Amino acid sequence: MIESFFTYEFLQNAALAGLMIGFVAPLLGVFIVVRRLSLIADALSHITLTGIAASLLLEKRVTAINEWNPVYMGMVFSVTGAILIEKLRKVYKHYEELAIPIILSGGIGVGVILISLADGFNTDLFSYLFGSVTAVSRADMSTVLVITLLVLAVVLLFYKELFVLSFDEDHAAVSGVNGKLIHLLFIVMVALVIASAMQIVGILLVSALMTLPVAAALRISKSFKQTIGLSIFFGELSVIVGLITSYQLSVPPGGTIVVTAILILIGAIAYRKVSGQLSLKGETI
Amino acid sequence: MTDNKVLEMDNVSFKYEKETVVKDVSLTIEAGQFFGLVGPNGSGKSTLIKLMLGLLKPTKGSIKLFGSPVRSFKHWEEIGFVSQKANSFNSGFPATVLEVVKTGLISKTGLFRFYNKNDREKAMQALKTVEMEDYFNHNIGELSGGQQQRVFIARALVSDPKFLILDEPTVGVDAKHVADFYQLLHKLNRNEGITLLMVSHDIGTITEHASHVVCMNKTIHFHGESHEYKAFSNEDLSQLYGHPVQQLTHNHGEVDPRD
Ligand SMILES: Nc1ncnc2c1ncn2[C@@H]1O[C@H](COP(=O)(O)OP(=O)(O)OP(=O)(O)O)[C@@H](O)[C@H]1O
Ligand SMILES: [Mg+2]
Repeated sequence: MIESFFTYEFLQNAALAGLMIGFVAPLLGVFIVVRRLSLIADALSHITLTGIAASLLLEKRVTAINEWNPVYMGMVFSVTGAILIEKLRKVYKHYEELAIPIILSGGIGVGVILISLADGFNTDLFSYLFGSVTAVSRADMSTVLVITLLVLAVVLLFYKELFVLSFDEDHAAVSGVNGKLIHLLFIVMVALVIASAMQIVGILLVSALMTLPVAAALRISKSFKQTIGLSIFFGELSVIVGLITSYQLSVPPGGTIVVTAILILIGAIAYRKVSGQLSLKGETI
Repeated sequence: MTDNKVLEMDNVSFKYEKETVVKDVSLTIEAGQFFGLVGPNGSGKSTLIKLMLGLLKPTKGSIKLFGSPVRSFKHWEEIGFVSQKANSFNSGFPATVLEVVKTGLISKTGLFRFYNKNDREKAMQALKTVEMEDYFNHNIGELSGGQQQRVFIARALVSDPKFLILDEPTVGVDAKHVADFYQLLHKLNRNEGITLLMVSHDIGTITEHASHVVCMNKTIHFHGESHEYKAFSNEDLSQLYGHPVQQLTHNHGEVDPRD
């Protein structure tokens, strides 16, 4: 395993990109989960698929753009989707969550048509859906790096604002925080991370990497900072264990990463139960 | 000089969908005054407060804070706010009491900066004033409603505001801490010259403590100094509230002979 890691460049790419995604996906995931927006990640990943499909179709019809990386088109679609969701949420003020199924089903619907037209139901598509350890090129890895740095910068620079917006929007407003702008910036970051995580975890499972580690961390932590730390730790653990088992068993990493994350979640729930009972006993003694 | 005018509302009206809930309200609050805002449920008190904080846009009229229109007001660190629904936040939110109180400093801390040690000290100090310092490390969702309310009061105080707006801040707070809270308000108002606006349903107590009282039901029905308001008869009040009202009388220390 270690030997092949140094022999094959694609494994290094997958591992490095995986570690970066394993860091930023749960980091943004914390803010998504506490704002009860978990489904947004799903909607955005599905519209990313539409972008991939559009790119595949263009590639087929227009030979000049053969060299295009479908990930970029995926990003364009996912960012557009994010902005659309924000707009729709304003149209349906009292049914904000409606924006999510609208974008999600619209994305899949258009995506399926485009994929068919491009005769795209093949192994390539399979690796977009469930991730792949072999599909990550050096260029993809660099894209992930740029996005990781961008997300880290945004979260570090606007940490206070993101926190207060998640906790209490009215208070944020009377503190002079420009909620609309920061929220938009945030949702665009989410869209970029989803599009870049796609190659490792796959479109169908990327939202899991944003939410499952956070769900586990929430069972254990008291403070917000601790939640962030634990979420990232669980995210990285899922990615590392998931990638290794994926390589060894020759199954898509999306599956193994998500199964690892679920095992961690079960562990966290059990830990909470056991430690709760222990402290109860401690009190009665 | 608008210098000592903390709030100026001029002919402000507001409707949510169709129904007007605030109508032609003009109100001026000057530095150092302590205003009590009273009125029955649904009379538009919270709406009026949201208007003056710029959380809602008036359909008519103008609102100024410290002389500048709310829309372009920048010095939010001068305003402290405890909302009526302070504890309607997501109760599973993973934050400690200290983390929540520190958010009160956000307008003072500036973009791209983290809270520092000094901010932490200030937050602890604010928690001390509401006697919640022992809980600084607790999860906010695991406190009782009254304790949460005291934490939100600390959050409003932490930035040393010049104007404190309190929408029923003591709901769910026990009698001892309500008394302490009024003591604190007195201290802030008298010693530090902080301007106060407080919504309360406890008419007796608020008229006793506030320098001025505003009584509203969509429009302002009474506006003046508290002692004048005390002379306002129960009958007038009842007419306003639409049902009989007795001003709560507080006989300090005197024992009711019937007990
Ligand atoms: N978000 C909203 N959308 C539509 N109508 C609203 C909304 N909030 C309040 N209202 C209406 O506006 C009116 C005034 O409400 P408001 O909350 O300002 O009253 P209040 O004086 O604060 O009452 P309370 O003493 O119960 O706190 C009520 O009739 C209420 O039904
Ligand atoms: Mg109210």
